[in-house]
Amino acid sequence: MKVEQISIFIENKSGRLAEVTGVLGDNGINIRALSLADTSDFGILRLIVDDSEKALKVLREQQFTVSITHVIGVAVPDSPGGLTTILQILDKSGVNVEYMYAFVERSGDNAVIIFRFDDIDEAITALANNGINILPSERITSI
Amino acid sequence: MDVPVKIWNREAECLPREELRQLQLKRLQQTLTLVANNVPCYQAKFKESGFQPGDLKTLKDLQHLPFTSKEDLRVNYPYGMFAVPMREVVRIHSSSGTTGKPTVVGYTKADINTWTELVARFMTAAGVTPEDIVHIAFGYGLFTGAFGLHYGSEAIGASVIPISGGNTEKQLMIMQDYRSSALVCTPSYGLTLADRIEKQGIDPRSLALRVGLFGAEPWSEQMRVELEQRLGILATDNYGLSEIMGPGVAGECLFKQGMHLAEDHFLAEIIDPDTGEVLPDGSVGELVITSLTKQAFPMIRYRTRDITRLNYAVCECGRTLARMEKTRGRTDDMLIIKGVNVFPTQIEEVLFQIEGCEPHYQLIVDRANNMDSLEVQVEVNENIFFDEMKQQRQFVVQAEKRLATVLGVSAKVKLVEPASITRHEGKAVRVIDRRQQ
Ligand SMILES: [Zn+2]
Repeated sequence: MKVEQISIFIENKSGRLAEVTGVLGDNGINIRALSLADTSDFGILRLIVDDSEKALKVLREQQFTVSITHVIGVAVPDSPGGLTTILQILDKSGVNVEYMYAFVERSGDNAVIIFRFDDIDEAITALANNGINILPSERITSI
Repeated sequence: MDVPVKIWNREAECLPREELRQLQLKRLQQTLTLVANNVPCYQAKFKESGFQPGDLKTLKDLQHLPFTSKEDLRVNYPYGMFAVPMREVVRIHSSSGTTGKPTVVGYTKADINTWTELVARFMTAAGVTPEDIVHIAFGYGLFTGAFGLHYGSEAIGASVIPISGGNTEKQLMIMQDYRSSALVCTPSYGLTLADRIEKQGIDPRSLALRVGLFGAEPWSEQMRVELEQRLGILATDNYGLSEIMGPGVAGECLFKQGMHLAEDHFLAEIIDPDTGEVLPDGSVGELVITSLTKQAFPMIRYRTRDITRLNYAVCECGRTLARMEKTRGRTDDMLIIKGVNVFPTQIEEVLFQIEGCEPHYQLIVDRANNMDSLEVQVEVNENIFFDEMKQQRQFVVQAEKRLATVLGVSAKVKLVEPASITRHEGKAVRVIDRRQQ
């Protein structure tokens, strides 16, 4: 259920994002989801790709500073209150969301939300016990 | 002061200045004769200057002799500056050369005894007694620091824990279990220990630590306050360099008003680093040292590159030996930012401590509206890269805080991508000073 996410340190200067996507594209790696957190000086780019091992290797070769973290993806029905229910479950079980970002599945019915928790195992248990559908890793990396 | 002043060698350390000067002159003449007879480099220097040892009538005459520089030691690598045959040498040490070959120094049995005596003097001055358990966290090896303090402690009769450097976790365990009372390390490692003590929730007052003997790098008064408060100790400074002997050249007494320089073994001059001219007493300038009793590796007018000032007034502790101010850094790489002397080595040390590996950094010094600014650019590596923004920003804030404490001037830390810092012929350019443009 856990999905590998790649984080990359980038300086806040024009063209850096394109360089990362360029390196991945040149190596035939597809980006499934992407989020950027930034300050005035630097940013942390988070990616989910179809081949994270290869992505890590080619990015390191290009001297990027990278790390791998584990996140989960949850399909949220495109209806009012869908996200609220999930956040309430997590809150009750005492799991903290470090950050989250969303994207829409190609089929178009569901929004997929990627979560990073302080305690991923606890979060998975809490969500599963409450009937929330955590997406299998393959489903996300091959969207 | 409620603690009684203890003096290791009262006769030598409280010698009236006039008698001290006579002793220095006699020993200087002996040293000049020794090198004139045995060291080709000095034979050439004497010839060049037209000055022979016999011409020296007063201490002031020393000014007629040329200096000895680190370059002389490099040219004569490894044993060219030795004044005795190798069979009389019982120990080799070497300095950490940042570029090129290190410097090799040697000691005869008598040199080791002198060294031991001088370290025992400053450790006693800092309050170390036979009751103490001395925790030596300097690395044992070619570096002189650990051995010097080791011999001095044993001479005093204290118990030595030769723990050596690194492995902070273990250092703390031993410090707690063995009841270490005197800490020997670099001041920046002292701060690392303080960090770890706090992180582990250990109450510093539960430790037996009471005194710190910090050396091997320049440090600020601000750092002293921090070390004293956070470790609950008296933090003292000491000075030495391997080319001269190692630790023991100078060290603070309990009054912490400058480091008493072992003038019966070393003659100190303060010069203008640009002109080489000897400056009047009390001036700030480069320290130049001539050894007076060394046998294996005598040094005549050795340029230490350290900037300091000497105070010849008799100290409250009763010692007559001149007091040397905390070194303000080195002549070759000093930066003056907002009137404060800043040395790249201090910054490097801080970054090394927090990154846990050799830092890649560059200092950008600038001036806007008559105000200096210092930016420290640090190349990110996987040790200091966090996936979470909060942690990443916290790292920057902590690094800035630590730098401000150590430097005594604020610095902005900017994280940059790997390999983005300008390198010149493979070496990183450490300082970009835009004020000069
Ligand atoms: Zn004193």
